[in-house]
Amino acid sequence: MSATEPLVLGIETSCDETGIGIVRGRTLLANVIASSMDEHARYGGVVPEIAARAHLEALQPTLEAALAEAGVTLGDLDAIAVTSGPGLAGALMVGVGAAKALALGAGKPLYAVNHLVGHVGADVLRDDGSEIELPTIALLVSGGHTSLLHVRDLLDDVELLGETIDDAAGEAFDKVARLLGLPYPGGPQIDRVAADGDPKAIRFPRGLTLPKDLAQHRYDFSFSGLKTAVARHVEKLQNAGSDVPTADVAASFREAVVDVLLTKALAACAELGVPRLLLGGGVVANARVRQVAAERCAAAGIELRIPPLALCTDNGAMIAALGAELASRGRAPSPLGFGADSTLPVTSAQAS
Amino acid sequence: MAVVDRDGGVLAEVTELDTRRHAEVIGESIAFCLDAAGVAPDELSAVVAGMGPGPFTGLRVGIAAARAFAFGAGKPCLPLISHDAIAFERLGGLALAISGEAPDPAATETAAPEPAAPDPAAPLLVITDARRRELYWSAFSGLDDAGLPVRLAAPELARPAELDEAVAGSCGSAFVAEATRTDPTSTPVSAAALGMLGEVLFAAGRPFARDEPLYLRSPDVTVPGAPKRVS
Ligand SMILES: [Zn+2]
Repeated sequence: MSATEPLVLGIETSCDETGIGIVRGRTLLANVIASSMDEHARYGGVVPEIAARAHLEALQPTLEAALAEAGVTLGDLDAIAVTSGPGLAGALMVGVGAAKALALGAGKPLYAVNHLVGHVGADVLRDDGSEIELPTIALLVSGGHTSLLHVRDLLDDVELLGETIDDAAGEAFDKVARLLGLPYPGGPQIDRVAADGDPKAIRFPRGLTLPKDLAQHRYDFSFSGLKTAVARHVEKLQNAGSDVPTADVAASFREAVVDVLLTKALAACAELGVPRLLLGGGVVANARVRQVAAERCAAAGIELRIPPLALCTDNGAMIAALGAELASRGRAPSPLGFGADSTLPVTSAQAS
Repeated sequence: MAVVDRDGGVLAEVTELDTRRHAEVIGESIAFCLDAAGVAPDELSAVVAGMGPGPFTGLRVGIAAARAFAFGAGKPCLPLISHDAIAFERLGGLALAISGEAPDPAATETAAPEPAAPDPAAPLLVITDARRRELYWSAFSGLDDAGLPVRLAAPELARPAELDEAVAGSCGSAFVAEATRTDPTSTPVSAAALGMLGEVLFAAGRPFARDEPLYLRSPDVTVPGAPKRVS
C-alpha cells in the first residue's frame, strides 16, 4: 500500500442514508448515497426499523455503484472504513456487520471510525487541492445531531464543546413544519415558506442563551422550548380565529434556530481564539444558515468553510477520508470485535 | 457460522447465542471458522445465508454479513429459509449428507426403532421464538429422495394460543396431531446444517430461496395524527 495515498472505501449507515465513498488519500473518487428518506415521510421522522431494513437492501447496489464510479475493484483497495457510531443502533449494526464481512472476504484491513469526526474529515476532500486548516471550530447540524467541536487534530484532538440537550436542530425543523401543516423533511419546506416571511415578525426564544443558562451550558443547544413556543403562538392565533401567518412564523422560527447556532459557534471562535468555522451536517442545506454564517463570519474576520452539500449530509466519502487519514498515519486497523456504539464519544476518531 | 464441505463434512462451526451482540461478534466468528477449517475465502464455492424467519436485528446483521462476505470474496451468496435447515437437521438429512448415504424412508419404518434416530418420514413442525410472545412456524412432511426436507407451507407468524388453528388451516388437523414439534425456547439454527443444506440443494439442482429477509412483521410504527396541543 502507498503510505501516503491509501485507497480506502468508506461505509456509512448511522441514520437514513446508505453511503459508500471511495477516496485515494485526500482525493475523492466516488460518493454514492441511497436514502430511505421518502419511506419515513409519512411518519414525520426517521423510523429506525425502516432505516435499518433499507440499509440492508441498499448496501450491495450502493457498493457496486461506488466501485464503478471510482473505476476500482475491491482488490485494489488498501483498506475499508465504517461508521461505528454515534447513530441509530440497528442502522449502525448493518454497516458494521457488512463492513467486517466485506473486509474478511476481500482480505482488507478495517477501520472503525466516528461519524461526527467524519463530518469534519469531509473537509480534507477539497477539490482545489488545498489543505484542511486546523485548529477549527466545527458546527455539525442535522436531524440526528447538533454538536459544536473544537478540532486541533483530526485524529487525536477533537473536543466536544457542546451539543443539544434535547432535540437536534433538524428535528426541530421537522416538528415545526408539521405544526404548520408542511411535509417531511421540514428543513427545505420551512426554507421555502420562510422566503416570503419576516424573520423579525415574532421574537421566538433562543434556547440556553440567558446568563443563568450560559453558566452551565455555554456551548450547548436546546430546541425543545422553541418548538413549544411556536406551537403556543400558532394555537393562540387559531383560538382567536385568526389566520396563521405561516411565512412569518416559519421565517421567525428559522431565524431563532440560525441565530442561536451561529451565536454560539462564533462565541466559541472568539473565546478560544480560533479564526475558523467549519459547517457540516444536512442542515447546512438550509440557505439561511449559510447566509447568516457567511455574514457573521465576514464581520468577525473568521474564515468559513462549507464543504459541498454532498459531503455535508451523511455520506461514505467522509468515512473513507477519515479511514485514509488513519491509514496514512500508520494507525493499526481496528480489532474485529468492535461494536456499533450509538453513543460513541467524539474524542475517539477511531473506535476500539 | 460454519464452514462445510460436501465431501469433508462440517469443517468448523461457531454459534453465538447472545442476540444483542451480532454486529460485535460476527467478524471474529467468520475469522475463527475460516481459520479452524483452514480455508481461505477464495477457496469457498459459495456463501449460504439464512434469510429467517427471525427477529429483526440479528437476522439483518447475518444477511448483511453473508452478502458482504460473498461480495468481498467474489462468490455467490445463496439464500435459504432458516427453518429448512432446522428441519434438515431434525429429520436426519444433515446426518445422511455427512455420511454420504441416500435416505431410505421404508428402511427406517421397518428397522428396529433407535431412540435417537430421526425418522425421515415423520411430519415435523418447526417452531422458533419470534419474541413479543409470538412464534415463527414452518411445517414439513419429511425428507424426499434427495434427503431434502419437504415444506408444506411458507414460514408464518402466530401467537402460541392460535398456533394449532393456523397450522391446521394450511396443513390439516391430522398434521397438527401427528407432527413432532421443536421447542421454541431451544431451537437454534445450526449454520452447519444451513451450509450442508446448501450443498445438497446445489447438488440436486434445486432452487434456493428468494433473496429477501423473512421478518414476517412490519416495522413498529404508527402514522402520526394531528400535532399535540401544548396550551
Ligand atoms: Zn451526520
